[in-house]
Amino acid sequence: MRATLAIAWREFAGYFATPVAWVFIVIFLALQGTLTFSVGGFFERDQADLLPFFQFLPWVFVLLVPAITMRLWAEERRLGTIELLLTLPVSQGQAVVGKFLAAWAFTVIALALTFPFVITVNVLGSPDNGMIAAGYVGAVLIAGCFLALGAAASAITKNQVIAFVLGVALSFVFAASAFPVVTDFLSHNLPVLATIARKLSLVDRFETFTRGLIAARDVIYLVSFMIFWLVANTVILEHRKAD
Amino acid sequence: MDALIEIAGLTKRFGGFTAVDGVSFTLARGEVLGFLGPNGAGKSTTMKMLAGFVTPTSGSARINGHDVQNDAVAARRELGFLPEGAPVYPEMTVAGFLRFIARVRGYHGGEARDRVDQALALATLDGVRQLPVETLSKGFKRRVGLAQALLHDPPVLVLDEPTDGLDPNQKFEVRALITRMAPDKAIIISTHILEEVEAVCSRAMIIAAGRVVADATPAELARRHPSGRLEEVFRALTRPAAEAA
Repeated sequence: MRATLAIAWREFAGYFATPVAWVFIVIFLALQGTLTFSVGGFFERDQADLLPFFQFLPWVFVLLVPAITMRLWAEERRLGTIELLLTLPVSQGQAVVGKFLAAWAFTVIALALTFPFVITVNVLGSPDNGMIAAGYVGAVLIAGCFLALGAAASAITKNQVIAFVLGVALSFVFAASAFPVVTDFLSHNLPVLATIARKLSLVDRFETFTRGLIAARDVIYLVSFMIFWLVANTVILEHRKAD
Repeated sequence: MDALIEIAGLTKRFGGFTAVDGVSFTLARGEVLGFLGPNGAGKSTTMKMLAGFVTPTSGSARINGHDVQNDAVAARRELGFLPEGAPVYPEMTVAGFLRFIARVRGYHGGEARDRVDQALALATLDGVRQLPVETLSKGFKRRVGLAQALLHDPPVLVLDEPTDGLDPNQKFEVRALITRMAPDKAIIISTHILEEVEAVCSRAMIIAAGRVVADATPAELARRHPSGRLEEVFRALTRPAAEAA
């Protein structure tokens, strides 16, 4: 546990050792602000809730979370430090979890910095803050899902650009799998897969949270999703660490 | 004999290419083994398998009785490893990096501080402790890698080219350090500098095309050529067959 936290802490500090962390946070907040206020029609709707904010959040994650995870393993590979890290007395699972926790903590900080939205909506009206809190819980969980996915993508390559593109593509698949265009196509051709695709969708699950509902099955699904990709990350690492 | 390293039939194939071909030996406390061989002979791959980084195709390796595959974490606790090229996280300071290593190795509080201070002193890094690694010269980086390997005072040291990139004074210091540590440890170093083998190693092993072609004391090895020079023996044993014929 202590070793896992030591790895997490080193990785977390690494984000702030370069301007990457600040650039990411600024772009994330600017993008969320633009989408919420302009595209989402936050004021025009005249409703005291954060639905326009939460509506775009998964798609911003699809684009930006792989930017957080792309360096996790690709950079270790490029620098050769992977050989150092994986010959320390830690299991590969501990290293995978340590890095994941660092990326998750960083994302939670970026999310926490969206607090002005919560203040704004509370100043302008009297929203259901329980619903907003549930939305944030859902946001933290799907962020974890995209991070686990992106980290596994990063373990495949030593090129950060490839890790990023692969991470976005995989994230998009799991975000968009409940889109009508996908499910309609599948229900015409392969009805079984349509149901599965709808159930796999991270965005559908997230919408339940934003309506103020924290359901055990959604939480279990999202946590299982994370664990699955963390295990995949460990397996990829085991097979490709020395390549 | 107190065998700290036991390697049996260690083999690594990459596709159709055999990088390491049935290497077996044991190394006892007090021995310093010099790995010699042309580039690509399999020295680094053997060391990586010993450190548990590369999975062997067949064969086994044990460090102080712990199998490097089945009991990997325990084996790595007993090992100080300097990987090829001495990789270190560039954005970290020297002391910050060593504190990280100390924490991962399970030290905390005052003990971690003492370990870091000792490692800094052993590798003569005190003057640069607060500098980021990326600003250091090649020789300093190599010593940071060395400090990392020595931090937990392990019984087994595997050092891939520990003196590469060092100036003559630094080389001398590192060799003196290895000689000082030798009585309590089993040490493997790889090097291209043959005089280094004669200076610090109690045993020299020449590897060519993945196989051990010679294993003796440096002095014995040198006597195998009429000139009595290790360099001539090395050339005779490792020259490609076509050229030798």
